[in-house]
Amino acid sequence: MPKNILGREIPEFIEGYGKTLPFMGEHARKPEGNRAGPKLRSTFNDRTSKVVPDLKAAIAASGLKSGMTVSFHHHLRNGDFVVNAVIDACSEMGIRDLTLFPTALFGVHKKLIEHIKSGVIRRIMGSVNGPIGQMVSEGGMEVPVVLRSHGGRPRAVVSGDVRIDVAFVAAPTADAYGNLCGSQGKSACGSLGYAFTDAMFADCVVAVTDNLVPFPAAPVSMPQFHVDIVTVLDSIGDPAGIVSGTTRITRDPLRLLISKYASRLIEASPYFKEGISFQTGAGGISLAVTAFMKEAMKKREIRGSFGLGGITGYFVDLLKEGYVEKLMDVQSFDLEAVKSIAENPNHIEISADWYANPWNAGAVVNMLDVVILGATEMDRDFNVNVNTEADGALLHGIGGHQDTAAGAKLTIISQPLLRGRIPCVVDQVYSVTTPGEVVDALVTEYGVTINPRRKDLVDACQAAGNVPLVTMDELVARAHEMCGPTDPVETEDRIIGIIEWRDGTVIDVVKQLKKK
Amino acid sequence: MRLRRTMLYLPGNNPNMLLRGHLFNPDGLVLDLEDAVAVREKDAARILIRDVLKRGEFGSCEVTVRINGLDTEYWRKDLEALVPLGRLDGVRAPKVDDAATVKQLDEALSEIESKAGLEVGRTKIFCLLETARGIFNTYDIATASPRVTAVIPGGEDLTADLRTNRSPEGTELEGIRRNVIVAARAAGVDALDTVFPRITDDEGLRKETSFIKQLGFDGKSVIHPNQIPIIHEVFTPTEKEIERAQKIIAAAKEAAERGLGAVQVDGRMVDAPVVKRALFTLTRAGLLEEGQDNA
Repeated sequence: MPKNILGREIPEFIEGYGKTLPFMGEHARKPEGNRAGPKLRSTFNDRTSKVVPDLKAAIAASGLKSGMTVSFHHHLRNGDFVVNAVIDACSEMGIRDLTLFPTALFGVHKKLIEHIKSGVIRRIMGSVNGPIGQMVSEGGMEVPVVLRSHGGRPRAVVSGDVRIDVAFVAAPTADAYGNLCGSQGKSACGSLGYAFTDAMFADCVVAVTDNLVPFPAAPVSMPQFHVDIVTVLDSIGDPAGIVSGTTRITRDPLRLLISKYASRLIEASPYFKEGISFQTGAGGISLAVTAFMKEAMKKREIRGSFGLGGITGYFVDLLKEGYVEKLMDVQSFDLEAVKSIAENPNHIEISADWYANPWNAGAVVNMLDVVILGATEMDRDFNVNVNTEADGALLHGIGGHQDTAAGAKLTIISQPLLRGRIPCVVDQVYSVTTPGEVVDALVTEYGVTINPRRKDLVDACQAAGNVPLVTMDELVARAHEMCGPTDPVETEDRIIGIIEWRDGTVIDVVKQLKKK
Repeated sequence: MRLRRTMLYLPGNNPNMLLRGHLFNPDGLVLDLEDAVAVREKDAARILIRDVLKRGEFGSCEVTVRINGLDTEYWRKDLEALVPLGRLDGVRAPKVDDAATVKQLDEALSEIESKAGLEVGRTKIFCLLETARGIFNTYDIATASPRVTAVIPGGEDLTADLRTNRSPEGTELEGIRRNVIVAARAAGVDALDTVFPRITDDEGLRKETSFIKQLGFDGKSVIHPNQIPIIHEVFTPTEKEIERAQKIIAAAKEAAERGLGAVQVDGRMVDAPVVKRALFTLTRAGLLEEGQDNA
């Protein structure tokens, strides 16, 4: 069987996916041709309201039929009501064999399982987490899922790899002519970043809102000329699940220790200087790294240029206090971030295309100095797995992992060496999400492990004198010693998941788990 | 002289903490078989600690075990299982009330060390003074055996015995802390303070640590790793203190080389106690290897 550059066996053709292009390296694949585009449509002054009475009317008006592709965005996170409501309605209307193309799914969407079983959903292109991931891993879907990064997804759309028939945009505020905004309304979620490309490239765009305001809505984040239909639900989401309260920095001592080492690594690196840009996410370790970095920035009188990614209240504080000049926000995690994006012109809403697409004239990730990311496991070659768990089940999406790792000058994976008895470093990862060629360092409670190709970082850490360095071999040996050998995952031959690199080549495939 | 600014308690039934506690760089570890472990788990915890000790990876930490009280049926088993491994620097004994308790422990240790072919006397004793009687007898306890290396006033148990409780200000422990310091210094052992129980109150910990440092304590017991950097920070000398200490050492060295008795630094006489304190300052600053000051 043909292998990609990482030695992963990738069949030339995968049933339900088609012909494959094996991953050949970070920048190996070059785009050809022109951008794809949505269907042309015209609207004249005989139609001044796009509002239809309910969701079923919207679905009917959109022309959605069995076998089509529907897209969703995940800014309402675990509070989202829209995905379930739309698919329920499709089911009641007798629509079947849909391809679901979400930017991400959450626990709240486990209800989709019944629609997968009944054939309403035939295929998912997007991350499958929790119970859906488990079901897919056990062979519960006929067609393999396709996992793409936040940048790989808009790339697939603009290049025409994926054609969206109907995009559903959950809009916390909308007017009757389809101007949409994420930062106002009872279900406010801040940035609508992931929805932009879908709205621009889908043949039909349906906005679902619970806050219809008189035309024209202001501020506008997504303008009326992309939106075909508007419909109103009593509620598009549960605010408690949409945004978290104040995001707190972890007090877990182990995670704090890892954060401290990660921030020392950043401080020792050549990127810790005036104008530094960084993405640290909302995880416990990431947020603590930001806190330690802030201290270091204060001490050395350094100001950052921008913070990127999912934005938390902690980042908003950095903006307010002048530690960063701008925030570029594709997803707002908490109430403070939602408030800030509505009020502060230096807090900029960006689309996923703008954020991370490798096939445009320049994504923000390319301007990134430092990113802190997580992993379920990493191997001796610094390849990272974020998609499958130690038991081989699909449990996490790629998110911006590949894109930021590829874009940033310093990519740091921070992770405790052990989760329970499961080590995070292994001889070979079960699935590759992000190749070692774009990963620079791993930080665990035992210290900092630097990719040998970054000799400059090793030197910088040694010069700093306060960064404990551990080689990958030492770390793997320690993990082996503490955990003992693990049984290999037993699988069938059937492929149930395809992991694409951000350029659309296949970096790995995931096989169906053998029944226990 | 060994730094004992922080000695971190690790629950004896928690392999995760037992294996990784040293990564937080406390000066010492207290693998706990007593209060952290329920009665039905005593045997399992003892086996677990034995295996962790065999593994023997503790960084540069001083390694001790808090054994069960000498009024229980477990303490001798604890010693018999762990001391022969030759990895323990000391045992922390709870509820030490009088010199007789120390002597009993000393004899048991000698017997076990001797049987195991270890140097007799190598296992130090850290005495927890958790009753009014214990506090009253501090000097006798501290001098009851050459193994005794530190005395530690209790917190909750002690205040209960005093018929009061712990207040944020620590009023009830103030006199006790002063007494313990005097007795410890008179006996030539370390005085280590009790734990600070409010693990999320960083400012409270900083205040209490500054207070006990000023009283003369050598360090504190620690129940959460996040407390370690705060305590170390308080105990770490300021740059000014370090600079002065370095001047004193240099002057003393020069005086010795030139055969002079005493010299002056910044208009103050430098004699033996001043030099000793300067060495101590540099040790606390991490600028002197342990043991280097014995010269």
